[in-house]
Amino acid sequence: METKATVIRDQDSDTAELRINMGPQHPATHGVFRMVLTLDGERVVNVEPHIGYLHRGSEKLSEGENFQQITTLFDRLDYISNFNNEWVYVRVLERAMEVEIPERAEFIRIILGELNRVASHFLFYGTYGLDIGAMNPVMIGFRERERIQALFEGVSGARMMHNYFRVGGVKEDLPDGFVPAVNILLDQLKRGYEDARNTLTESEIFIERTAGIGKLGPEKTLDYGVTGPVLRAAGVDYDIRKADPYSMYSQLDFKIPLGSHGDCYDRYMVRMLEIEQSINIIEQCVANLPEGPIQGKVPRILRPPEGDFFVHGENPRGDLGVYLVSAGGTVRPYRLKIRGPSFSNLMALSSMMEGAYLADSTVILGSLDIVLGEVDR
Amino acid sequence: MAIEPRNLSESSHGKDRLILPEEAKGAWSSIKENRKSGISGVVTLKSEELFAMARKSSLWPLTFGLACCAIEMISTYMPNHDFDRFGVVTWPSPRQSDVMIVAGTVVKKMAEPIKLLYEQMASPKWVIAMGSCATCGGPYVRSYSVVMGVDQIIPVDVYVPGCPPRPEALLGGVMELQDIIQKEPRKKRGL
Amino acid sequence: MSTDNFNQYVTEEFETKTRDLLTDSSPDIQPVFGELGIICNRSDISSVCKLLKDDPEISMKYLRSISVVDWVEHMEVVYHLSSIEHMNRIVVKVKIPLEDLRVDSVINVWAGADWHEREGHDLFGIEFIGHPDMAPLILYEGFEGFPGRKSFEIPSQETLYGD
Ligand code: SF4
Repeated sequence: METKATVIRDQDSDTAELRINMGPQHPATHGVFRMVLTLDGERVVNVEPHIGYLHRGSEKLSEGENFQQITTLFDRLDYISNFNNEWVYVRVLERAMEVEIPERAEFIRIILGELNRVASHFLFYGTYGLDIGAMNPVMIGFRERERIQALFEGVSGARMMHNYFRVGGVKEDLPDGFVPAVNILLDQLKRGYEDARNTLTESEIFIERTAGIGKLGPEKTLDYGVTGPVLRAAGVDYDIRKADPYSMYSQLDFKIPLGSHGDCYDRYMVRMLEIEQSINIIEQCVANLPEGPIQGKVPRILRPPEGDFFVHGENPRGDLGVYLVSAGGTVRPYRLKIRGPSFSNLMALSSMMEGAYLADSTVILGSLDIVLGEVDR
Repeated sequence: MAIEPRNLSESSHGKDRLILPEEAKGAWSSIKENRKSGISGVVTLKSEELFAMARKSSLWPLTFGLACCAIEMISTYMPNHDFDRFGVVTWPSPRQSDVMIVAGTVVKKMAEPIKLLYEQMASPKWVIAMGSCATCGGPYVRSYSVVMGVDQIIPVDVYVPGCPPRPEALLGGVMELQDIIQKEPRKKRGL
Repeated sequence: MSTDNFNQYVTEEFETKTRDLLTDSSPDIQPVFGELGIICNRSDISSVCKLLKDDPEISMKYLRSISVVDWVEHMEVVYHLSSIEHMNRIVVKVKIPLEDLRVDSVINVWAGADWHEREGHDLFGIEFIGHPDMAPLILYEGFEGFPGRKSFEIPSQETLYGD
């Protein structure tokens, strides 16, 4: 199905284009995103996205804080996948200072990071159902997410803002009974996943509303710098965990779900299949969780050498990159640039939406799964 | 009016949660009397207090998430914490909402829209500032683009601290607001 | 111990290929921290980017980000490029003098440069020539100053809270 519509005009009647504003307060924009749509009848002819309603100046703020304090800002960047954010940040310092991380710490990080991915995708599942008009998914999604958050609370002491990853390892060892708790949790998540599949994935209405909507081919997605599930839904095999493996990912056995149509349904499907794969990864890590130290050798005060370093990692939303410019010998970064995946993904919005029906606009926006915290930073 | 006054003073919430005003208590005892004698269904109390009771048990907050705290706010609506049992039902339009939960960082660019939304809400209206960002700027207090708390632009009734506050804390904040609403008419009369 | 953190993205072969490709503009090419760093002249940036993207063996189809760094004496625009097929990474840097904060836009090469350049304009005041719309993106109309620059001060802890 071609999404670009040829607008048929009735020569005799007087039609005018209509501009409507959506946001910044709108339940379907997932935060404070605003777009101005130009409509011709039911079709969207132009989209003007406006961002910046959550620009908190994290990059500038981090220039005034020392390296340990910045982790807290990263927690709040993409506030749905906090562990994954921290992880990329500590890795940039580890790369700069060439710190070696003990194996146990790496496994802990993978378990928590992947659990966070599952939580994030369940949240997507819920809110996406809501965007389409289904009420049940959001209940299921949050039910599963709460379970994961309860485990996170046991590990780090906080439900969302963990501040648990440290340069060289993690803050403290896992609590007693963590492994059995994770095993129980995984069983519950699998059941939740079944529920999720039964309510949306195979629902005829859902497929009607999402299949063939908001198509974007592989060439275009790459051109915009789109990453993550949106890119993989278009059929491009690019997952940093495989393509540029970090941590212990090269030793784990998992698959990368790929779509073929690049439409909303594929984006949804890729995320759902990623939940399966993440559960698979966690199972492997829990089974092989080694004993040992959780913190590598790191100086008390972090002073990375002079130079600039770029490290990226696969977030639930895509390629999160951190560009650190260090002046050498200072306790603060000279410049810290964050490359948020949602920022680039959102750029592709206009070319997805132009030609679509107005009723599909929220479906398309929801399929990108943006988090405004990292769009605006 | 077949409502039994719950004896909250014996519950875990403590004594200060007994919010029925004196007049209302009198009405309750008379209704009990009436019930015994077979006549029932009449309550006499000040109309303002009756309205306050109605208002506080059906608060409709404006669906309005700004940042990380919004996720915890949504969690509060969801089955685990179930906001509905307080009569709190989220509503996407400011016109029909009673309370605005400002959940998240208020950025200077967002200040104008927030003011506009607040002005669009019909009176009586209340504001809950959720999270340290909405209370005072939070972790972004030094930032060039963040408003130091939403009370710089609109009046706030209840502050819920935390970064982010747990869902239980938000529930507590709403109960606090219900207290305030119930006491409002007596305050007006100078009691 | 995991060693994945110290991946190398540059092979010698790749380096020579890039050198051959860019002989015309003769930039300074050196591997730094596992990536290939290219320091290029301000006037060449858009042609260099185009060459890097279109060459089938280098094929830098993915523009990861555009960052601006304020070095006080001059500004620097940094382009992080990557190829999806070959997993090579290139960092292109351009120096921009303070007197003339302008550089060619690369929006014709990658459509994804759009918002990155607008952000650079917002926070650092760099003008990207050829960009169709330089309206404020993340800041609002009427914001004074360029908050990304070093000269833009943020209040210290002491001024906020006292001692
Ligand atoms: S108070 Fe904390 S959790 Fe809430 S919006 Fe601010 S930074 Fe986010």
